[in-house]
Amino acid sequence: MIDIVKEFPGVRALKGVQLKVRPGKVHTLMGENGAGKSTLMKCLIGIHPPTSGRIIFDGKEVNFKTTQEALNSGISMIHQELSPVPERSVAENLWLGRVPTKSFFRVDHKKMREDSYKLFEKLGLDVNPDEKMGNLTVAKMQMVEIAKAVSYDSKIIIMDEPTSSLTETEVEHLFKIIEDLKARNVAVIYISHKMDEIFRISDDITVFRDGEYVATDEAKNLTVDKLITLMVGREVTEMFPKIECPIGETVLKVENLSAGKAVKNVSFELHKGEILGMAGLVGAGRTETAEAIFGLRTRTGGKIYKDGKELNIKSPEDAIANGIALLTEDRRGQGILGLLSITDNTAIANMKEYGFPLNHGKMRTDTTDYVDKLNIKTPNIETPIQNLSGGNQQKVLVGRWLLTNPDILIVDEPTRGIDVGAKAEIHSLITRLAGEGKAIILISSEMPEVMGMSDRIIVMHEGIMTAIVDRKDFSSELILEYATSDTPYDPSKKEG
Amino acid sequence: MQKTFDKKKFLSQNSIWLVLIGLIALVSIAQPKFLSFNNMITLIQGEAVRGIMAFGMMFAICSRGIDLTVGASAALVAVVSASLVQNADYANRLLSFGPLPAPLVIIVALVFGALIGAAYGALIAYTKIPPFIATLGAQLICRACAKIYTDRPVSKLSEAYRFLGHGKIGGFPVIIIVFIIMYALAAFLLTQTRFGKNVFAVGGNDQAARVAGINVEKTLVGIYAWSSFCAAVGAILLAGRAGSADPANTGLSYELDAVAAATIGGTSHTGGICRVSGVLAGILILGVVNNGLVMLKVDDNMTNIVKGCIIIGSVVLDMRKNARKK
Repeated sequence: MIDIVKEFPGVRALKGVQLKVRPGKVHTLMGENGAGKSTLMKCLIGIHPPTSGRIIFDGKEVNFKTTQEALNSGISMIHQELSPVPERSVAENLWLGRVPTKSFFRVDHKKMREDSYKLFEKLGLDVNPDEKMGNLTVAKMQMVEIAKAVSYDSKIIIMDEPTSSLTETEVEHLFKIIEDLKARNVAVIYISHKMDEIFRISDDITVFRDGEYVATDEAKNLTVDKLITLMVGREVTEMFPKIECPIGETVLKVENLSAGKAVKNVSFELHKGEILGMAGLVGAGRTETAEAIFGLRTRTGGKIYKDGKELNIKSPEDAIANGIALLTEDRRGQGILGLLSITDNTAIANMKEYGFPLNHGKMRTDTTDYVDKLNIKTPNIETPIQNLSGGNQQKVLVGRWLLTNPDILIVDEPTRGIDVGAKAEIHSLITRLAGEGKAIILISSEMPEVMGMSDRIIVMHEGIMTAIVDRKDFSSELILEYATSDTPYDPSKKEG
Repeated sequence: MQKTFDKKKFLSQNSIWLVLIGLIALVSIAQPKFLSFNNMITLIQGEAVRGIMAFGMMFAICSRGIDLTVGASAALVAVVSASLVQNADYANRLLSFGPLPAPLVIIVALVFGALIGAAYGALIAYTKIPPFIATLGAQLICRACAKIYTDRPVSKLSEAYRFLGHGKIGGFPVIIIVFIIMYALAAFLLTQTRFGKNVFAVGGNDQAARVAGINVEKTLVGIYAWSSFCAAVGAILLAGRAGSADPANTGLSYELDAVAAATIGGTSHTGGICRVSGVLAGILILGVVNNGLVMLKVDDNMTNIVKGCIIIGSVVLDMRKNARKK
């Protein structure tokens, strides 16, 4: 029996939280970003030893000072952002820090490779231990991480949003492995925001809010609505508040757009007030299409017209000047300027407006304006953006783009890794913007999101556009079918 | 949403000034003459050129780069500009004409300096080679060019040209006025212009900066042009003060002092963090150590050990401060 209780009286991050994990079960932690899930896990595995409180593991009280201690005792964590050594082989990554040696301190490469094979076979993984780690897909890297956890003979494996960058088939594979782990009597602590996943695999669910423990219950006693209410402490009425609004004339026309191998001959039109969804599996070329339009990726062919005029966009600078904005998928890598203040982050794409010398007063009023409008939760506007939660960071970035007053807003996975409350706010914001006559391209891998929000959906597969589906024809089966189809879309066949 | 005064933040951002005050107190207790007005003037005069180069260096470091060329480019700018202002009655002068009007020569020198920086800045921006390598190469090239231009010191310079480095206004050294102007200019660039905001953005996260519509390449060219411009200002001051420009020794290893001052001043080598006031404090700390320990008759090697410890210590403290934030 594994039994964990922790208390942190007086500490802001976790205010006396408890958690009880049973062996052979999947225990899901839920809560908005900043609820304390990750902090709790960091306490458990020794990254931040708890200030007070007790951790009882296998009937014994433990207090890990380092992750290595936790690992050796049988608790491992698969982080949301993996940190492999990309230039070294899979086997070396797997045995990192405990490479087998033979006489004279020489590395026993043979044993390392054989052990890797055995381990992968046991888990049913199709990975070559000699492959360079950096050549693997994110999904495969994750599998290797799980294999690593298993090789430590872990009794508890923590997975922090493992599916956020996986395709549906990869998710299926992951779930199979989790079932396998359960059968081996391993406890899995699972952190996720995706409701359908959670209900599929969880045995127990614990909800946190603002560093406080809210409730634990078996998954079968809970429903999505109940869970959301527990998480936000209020009712979130509608997830996808689609408001039909009149669709105006064509704003953007893309003709045979190509960008290397990633985007091949994509053509579509985008109208005023329209939300145009883009669906597809990972590697479909949706992000790349957006980047090509925005000038972030070199166009190798095709034309882009706005309001009937051809544009020659060579850089994001050009795109912004032409009223196009792109909210990137990779918030931390391509979005926020972590060290800089909310003000700087909001104003940075719009600096041209602040003159010479810069009008800091106007910058601050504009920022305050958007902080209020978008309901951004921050102590003040001089706070570095990295101190905010993911949802609030995203809202600041939305504010940044709205400040440039774009006609076309491309949003790429706008709600990835964001808590339910902020998600609903971003959804209603997108709808409102469409209502104000902006044209929006919504790239999303979440089927309910893209189907709930869009007027039409473009489906892509490996760089080709395979379909444009109208709202009345939306169904996940149809979209999935196109997402795996190899036949390019032929406008003459459909829209007649 | 109001900006409130945060005592903790104020202290942590200005702790370097406390270190400076502490150092001054220590040295002046041991040697009361240290605090005299004249000595203070000498101290600042001595650090002005390194300080000006540090105002350039901090931009480079803040963008996750470094500029190792400044000492050598200063030598090149110094010999070339000096050769244009040698007195006509000097028999051994390098060129057959001259001296040309000092303001013209100075403007040409500054433009020349900025162009040198723009050239290796463009190399860094468009080929993406590490700034350390690019500027190390440029350093060798600049120093060699200076030596090719002339193999001996260029001396007997016109008084008008020497005014900035050597002159006085009402008994007050002009070099210090130039130093103050350069401080103000650096602060203005960094906080009041788009260029400054772009420097922080590129240093903090160049990919995000690009997405936000910033021309990362142009910004990098600008950064190294500014750094090299600062070196050119330093060159004119050095040549003016000494009355000659030496291709082999002018500005030698000044780039390292500039890096040290910028670093002590809290400029982050991982990018995105720098404050002009911090760098000013960094320069003054080095100045107090240089000047003060000489007055206390401390051995040269000992002085360097102290300097080394200060550089390392300041970075250790800085990293701990930033680590705690995360």
